[in-house]
Amino acid sequence: MSAAGAAGGNGKGRKRTRTIKVDALARVEGEGAMKVVVRDGRLETIELRIYEPPRFFEAMLRGRDFTEAPDITARICGICPVAYIMSATNAMEDACGVTAPEPIDRLRRLVYCGEWLESHGLHVIALHAPDFLGYDGVVQMARDHRELVERGLFVKKAGNELIAAIGGREIHPVNLRVGGVYRSPSRKELAPLRETLERAREYALDLTRWAGTLDYPELERDYVFVALRAADEYAIQRGRIASSTGLDIHVSAYEEHFVEEHVERSTALHSRMVGEERPYLCGPMARWALNGRQLSPLALEAARDAGLEPVCTNPFRSLLVRCVELVFATDEALRLIDAYEPFDPPSVPVVPRRAVGHGATEAPRGLLYQRYAIEADGAIREAKIVPPTSQNQRSIEADLREVVAGGLDLERDVLRHVCEQSIRNYDPCISCATHFLDLELDRA
Amino acid sequence: MWKFASCDGCQLSLLDCEDELLDVAGEIEIAHFLEASSAVVRGPYDVSLVEGSVTTPHDAQRILEVRRSSRVLITIGACATAGGIQALRNLIDVEDFTRAVYATPAYVSTLATSTPISDHVHVDFELHGCPINKAQLLELLSAFLNDRRPAIASASVCMECKRRGNVCVLVAHGTPCLGPVTHAGCGAICPAYDRGCYGCYGPMETPNTASLTGWLAGHGMAERDLVRVYRTFNANAPAFREQSAALEEDAG
Repeated sequence: MSAAGAAGGNGKGRKRTRTIKVDALARVEGEGAMKVVVRDGRLETIELRIYEPPRFFEAMLRGRDFTEAPDITARICGICPVAYIMSATNAMEDACGVTAPEPIDRLRRLVYCGEWLESHGLHVIALHAPDFLGYDGVVQMARDHRELVERGLFVKKAGNELIAAIGGREIHPVNLRVGGVYRSPSRKELAPLRETLERAREYALDLTRWAGTLDYPELERDYVFVALRAADEYAIQRGRIASSTGLDIHVSAYEEHFVEEHVERSTALHSRMVGEERPYLCGPMARWALNGRQLSPLALEAARDAGLEPVCTNPFRSLLVRCVELVFATDEALRLIDAYEPFDPPSVPVVPRRAVGHGATEAPRGLLYQRYAIEADGAIREAKIVPPTSQNQRSIEADLREVVAGGLDLERDVLRHVCEQSIRNYDPCISCATHFLDLELDRA
Repeated sequence: MWKFASCDGCQLSLLDCEDELLDVAGEIEIAHFLEASSAVVRGPYDVSLVEGSVTTPHDAQRILEVRRSSRVLITIGACATAGGIQALRNLIDVEDFTRAVYATPAYVSTLATSTPISDHVHVDFELHGCPINKAQLLELLSAFLNDRRPAIASASVCMECKRRGNVCVLVAHGTPCLGPVTHAGCGAICPAYDRGCYGCYGPMETPNTASLTGWLAGHGMAERDLVRVYRTFNANAPAFREQSAALEEDAG
């Protein structure tokens, strides 16, 4: 076991090589490492290495029933199971030619708001904030900033309670299925959430104000933003795929525009946008840049008051964007709960047919795409899953390049910390990114 | 807190104890919890919580080190106690699967199997579930802190279901349900949402899977589906593994 933050290196050598290594990245989900080599004042190597063991989800899904994909893919990530469930569900309903009726769509959006709150809440307060305030972790930070931490944890908890009320439990919820839900919750079951969410909204506003006052490292990047876009609302549970370069495509055209490449050092695949040299970026900053105007008035006001620019290109400021999305998710959840009416039947019939289906949703970390080929009896013939973290991996490395290039004079420990912080800007979910090794053997 | 092949959900359960987290951290020193903190205290450790299954040669070595440096070792979740969903690789065409992996040296080396921690080292307590129940995790920590036995039932989900006042989905609606053979701990969530239990807490002690299988078949479940219901998140747990293998054998 290597301790986190163990800096290796041979800086005293004649070649004047500095190696900065973090053997086990902390405060990220999953297992990754980072290596930076600087030789004679020039950046030589930069690597985000993912060594999380592969779990072969795409292989395991073959032969399973199409109705099982949501629950199985949920197990890719304990932090964003709803995102996996929803993208798989969209893909299966697409394959079978079913569009979920309005009440089901609303309930899905509501439970997804819970996941944004839970996941962003965790990242903002427990994983990212300690970087800005100079602590190793949230427990240490709480000794000096108890109220801030408690408010952050409360927002996270509100998200968990929302998922549990609709889905039965917060991690790997059980009530969501292809076609709808197993049981439509009663108004009485959702009512107690009102008070919790109202308080969470106040705290999310506090967090946004606080995030507006932080001192962010300076870094401006030239990103291509990619996110879902919906005509009628800030896209979460469905939409078309849009980019800042003018892309506007149906989800089924995803693989014509985005390709994955295997990088040797990593058990994850890297994604690239066809015909675009620059790495693209998914997640809160992309959503904000592309769809920000569709946020609720309260969230927009909070963003403006905190000084968030209309297009934010400083990855460190993603913390602030997440806070604005926390305000939005509480606001949106309250609106959806007020309008909620239980529905019957709780799901629509979905009859399998031999077809290919595509599904995408906005996971907390960004676009999560899945494609399935299914047989007439419902058996899955082929599965493809592209999580946000593997799409963002090139951007993470490009950011690191700039951070290191601009920080060559920094003391090694300081530079190492800012590199780690730079990776954490992405809230990288390494557990997610790693499970997508292509198992096809090239026998040529 | 140690992570092996897993989704991070079980260790997240500790961070999901939002109301208790800071109090827990006041009672114990969290020495190694990379998901939560970059501060690491060197062992030996009083209690190690282990999430995830062993799927790589490196991890097969690493768990030995964890065991050596821990007075008490507790496994949390279906991956650590039974091999998890990734143990499906143990049951499918492993040879082709592994050849595909090893034929490409750039890939990290991977074992042909996903195995529970107890296949490698002595485990002091196993907490079941995919994911675990955070209330049970707190009970477990509290029991070890106070040197008492944890109050964690080993009965079936049916017991919890009755206590929750659910209508039996199997008897009343003919919905396939693994409750009668599944380890308690979740609080019978699925039946409360009109869904049959899908066995994510793994087999209870001495489950009568043969009897349940007869029931399910009697309700019209096809052979292929019968095999599948035992092959999800605890497919490698002996009772479920044997039942699914027996069904497959029957089918010839």
